[in-house]
Amino acid sequence: MSEQSPLVVAHDLAMSFDVSAPWLNRVLEGKPRQRLQAVDGVSFQITRGQTLALVGESGCGKSTVARLLVGLYQPTRGTMQFDGQDAHAAYRSADARAIRQRIQMIFQDPYASLNPRWTVQAIIGEPLQEHGLIKDEAGLKDRVAELLRSVGLSAQDMGKYPHQFSGGQRQRISIARALATAPEFLVCDEPTSALDVSVQAQVLNIMKDLQRSRGLTYLFISHNLAVVRHVSDQVGVMYLGRLVELADKHTLFSQPRHPYTRMLLEAIPKMHQTGQSRTPVQGEVPNPLNPPSGCSFHPRCPQADERCKTERPALRQFQGIQIACHQA
Amino acid sequence: MTALIRRWLDSDVGYSFKTSPTAMVAACIALICVISAVFAEWVAPHNPFDLATLDLSDARLPPAWIEGGSTKFLLGTDDQGRDILSALIYGSRISLVVGLASVILSVLVGVTLGLLAGFRGGWLDAFLMRLCDVMLSFPAILVALLIAGVGRALFPNAHESLAFGVLILSISLTGWVQYARTVRGSTLVERNKEYVQAARVTGVAPMRIMGRHVLPNVLGPVLVLATIQVATAIITEATLSFLGVGVPPTSPSLGTLIRVGNDYLFSGEWWITIFPGLMLVLIALSVNLLGDWLRDALNPRLR
Amino acid sequence: MSLLQVKNLVVEFPSRRGTLRALDDISFDIAPGEILGVVGESGAGKSLTGASIIGLLEPPGRVASGQILLEGQRIDHLSADEMRHIRGRKIGAIFQDPLTSLNPLYTVGRQLTETIESHLPVSRAEARQRAISLLQDTGIPAAEQRIDHYPHQFSGGMRQRVVIALALAAEPQLIVADEPTTALDVSIQAQIISLLKRVCKDRGAAVMLITHDMGVIAETCDRVAVMYAGRIAEIGPVRQVIEQPAHPYTRGLMACIPDMASDRSNLNQIEGAMPRLNAIPSGCAFNPRCTQASDRCRSDRPELMPAGATQAACWLHEKVSA
Repeated sequence: MSEQSPLVVAHDLAMSFDVSAPWLNRVLEGKPRQRLQAVDGVSFQITRGQTLALVGESGCGKSTVARLLVGLYQPTRGTMQFDGQDAHAAYRSADARAIRQRIQMIFQDPYASLNPRWTVQAIIGEPLQEHGLIKDEAGLKDRVAELLRSVGLSAQDMGKYPHQFSGGQRQRISIARALATAPEFLVCDEPTSALDVSVQAQVLNIMKDLQRSRGLTYLFISHNLAVVRHVSDQVGVMYLGRLVELADKHTLFSQPRHPYTRMLLEAIPKMHQTGQSRTPVQGEVPNPLNPPSGCSFHPRCPQADERCKTERPALRQFQGIQIACHQA
Repeated sequence: MTALIRRWLDSDVGYSFKTSPTAMVAACIALICVISAVFAEWVAPHNPFDLATLDLSDARLPPAWIEGGSTKFLLGTDDQGRDILSALIYGSRISLVVGLASVILSVLVGVTLGLLAGFRGGWLDAFLMRLCDVMLSFPAILVALLIAGVGRALFPNAHESLAFGVLILSISLTGWVQYARTVRGSTLVERNKEYVQAARVTGVAPMRIMGRHVLPNVLGPVLVLATIQVATAIITEATLSFLGVGVPPTSPSLGTLIRVGNDYLFSGEWWITIFPGLMLVLIALSVNLLGDWLRDALNPRLR
Repeated sequence: MSLLQVKNLVVEFPSRRGTLRALDDISFDIAPGEILGVVGESGAGKSLTGASIIGLLEPPGRVASGQILLEGQRIDHLSADEMRHIRGRKIGAIFQDPLTSLNPLYTVGRQLTETIESHLPVSRAEARQRAISLLQDTGIPAAEQRIDHYPHQFSGGMRQRVVIALALAAEPQLIVADEPTTALDVSIQAQIISLLKRVCKDRGAAVMLITHDMGVIAETCDRVAVMYAGRIAEIGPVRQVIEQPAHPYTRGLMACIPDMASDRSNLNQIEGAMPRLNAIPSGCAFNPRCTQASDRCRSDRPELMPAGATQAACWLHEKVSA
């Protein structure tokens, strides 16, 4: 058990968006203001050098959590501590640069995450120039070449444009850009979901190697539990903006406790059990604008009782894991 | 330079150009008009504005191929003895300068406002879009007439260049709206793309993101619109000059020539108004066709 | 007799840079009631195969040679009108995005009854009844009311069920499903896959399931064809292809899929990437990335040959005839 204090601590993070109709429509049609609670009180800790994976289906809020952590949104409630300091206060301050150097992000879509009109050198060099880390042209080129080599591309690729690369190569360029300022914490929002299986394997291997060699800490967002099993140390399962289970990888996959986690694991098609029929989960993820009362999973849960319909379960410790369920 | 042209000719756009006879012919014609306008002093056989060379005895001569014409004045002369061909070339220079200048001004204003509206959103976006709606509800000619009239009333003895400035301003005043709308739409799309978010995560300032990341990606449609709008601007200027509120009479543009010639149409001296009219049509048509081709060539879906 | 026979299909895309061969000599059969999976990575040509069969190949793409036979009749060079009759009546299609597969301006019922009426000789009332029972069969609750709803009033998973109902409306014998579950959540995926299996088995319809997800193939299909660079690398019963893949590409593919059953520290990866259409190597298309490539692989292109329980296009399995 590591004695280090965790690098990232999120406490009761929440984010709601105003999705009301425009003012004129509201006045004319008499519609009320509407807020979408995308994330509703999420807490977790990530130890240095480890990977926390957040899994869930659409509308569960995992992408919003990612964007909260990198400062693209300011939370409506809750705090995030990065290396002991309040991260969002740092993001708002005049010296936001210091924290932005240490936290970076990798995005899902390899085709939209690189500016199609910039050369690879300009793309990777931008964080270096923005933070004033390298001032001379020659030094910049050297650093960009080094970063390209570290992700398995060649230095000659610097002068090319993104459209000249495949999806997997573009994702590597994204990784090189994220590593430019030598960050400590990388938030990865479904980095391999848009890639083919064999390319995915290459990119995941690169990410694992980089983590080992540079001691990086990852927050890995995915909907693919098999990939998550491969890369993570800790796994958090989200449903409609809340964490329902948070455990280390081995425990979660061998002994899932929350009914939703169990159903998610059941739902994955298993390659080596051909022809087996499963009973899939019933129902669909409800509209986040109008979440069910109490535990938001109760309409689909086979074990739901009266208490589940009225009282929202809190995330609590239970046999070494954290779980939000009345039935556990 | 040749390497650049060769590389362009090899590209998809260049290929589309080489296989489109319309585009090549239109480009040739437009190029000829532009070059002869720029080098008017060398191209035109006479200088129609040099009073010393005018001779009233040459007045109202018909074009060279008609009985009574002379090869000295290929397209005939007007009531003051000015050579129509030379007047055409000088006049098209004025028309082209006014047309291009007003388009450049429209593009600068429209793209800037469109970027701001799309990027900042909120009340700025709402305000600018309502402004666009208001501007579009006025006919362009009416706005131009209004501004020109007001200008004349305020500065009755103004210098010629002021009159040009007012004219260019009045044409661009309604032209900027289409750029603003197009750029705003494209900006809204680009703003949500992940490369913009990546720049925000790195900590790049919003203005810099707007100018260095978003702007290069929204300029595509602007080029096409601008090409087509050059033709519209030239015709608008011609209309205003025809109505008498355009360029000052000492520097006649094609519109002025058409107006002046109009008076002689029914007395049989048709060439004084028809040839400037044909020149106007030629320029506008070739630029329009070029713009049409460019729009199709740049559209990735049609390729 | 096979329901669908594809023989030596070649699909080309003429462009100003030369003609690109997107599908190079593809051959396979689908028996009536069978579920055939077509799996491959992006650019392998699996969607194109489906599009050629339905007759929805986008120009300038065209079938350059080869034959597609449905119930013994050739359908690859039919006119647009004739193809329209086949589509819907004999072949149904399900595409990836349920949002754009349905016309947002018409009610679901109208789209269903229109399809039924144009292919089957039934009255309007009878068509409506059939539409309602189709919706019920695909698991849409309160079908009598929902039949008059518009597509935007359904959620993603429900919409895909409507698309399945639409594909089955004219009682086709073959359904071509192109990535039907890729845009859906994992739990909905499972529902849709089991639904597709059930309704097709009930009606005896064969399915050509195109996807990149091996897990879905494992669960659903009877046989699977693995495509690479416009060619079929391996084809055979699904269990054998997954457990004992004969082609080096299939082996590599199975090894690099992160699976719930195993726990390795680094995933196996296949070096390199699938070649672009204008740079396909001579001989076997996989040879630059293959660890067992020989000189023959670089010069001669292998045909599908028996390799254990499956057929693989690989010289490693060449049997010397006695």
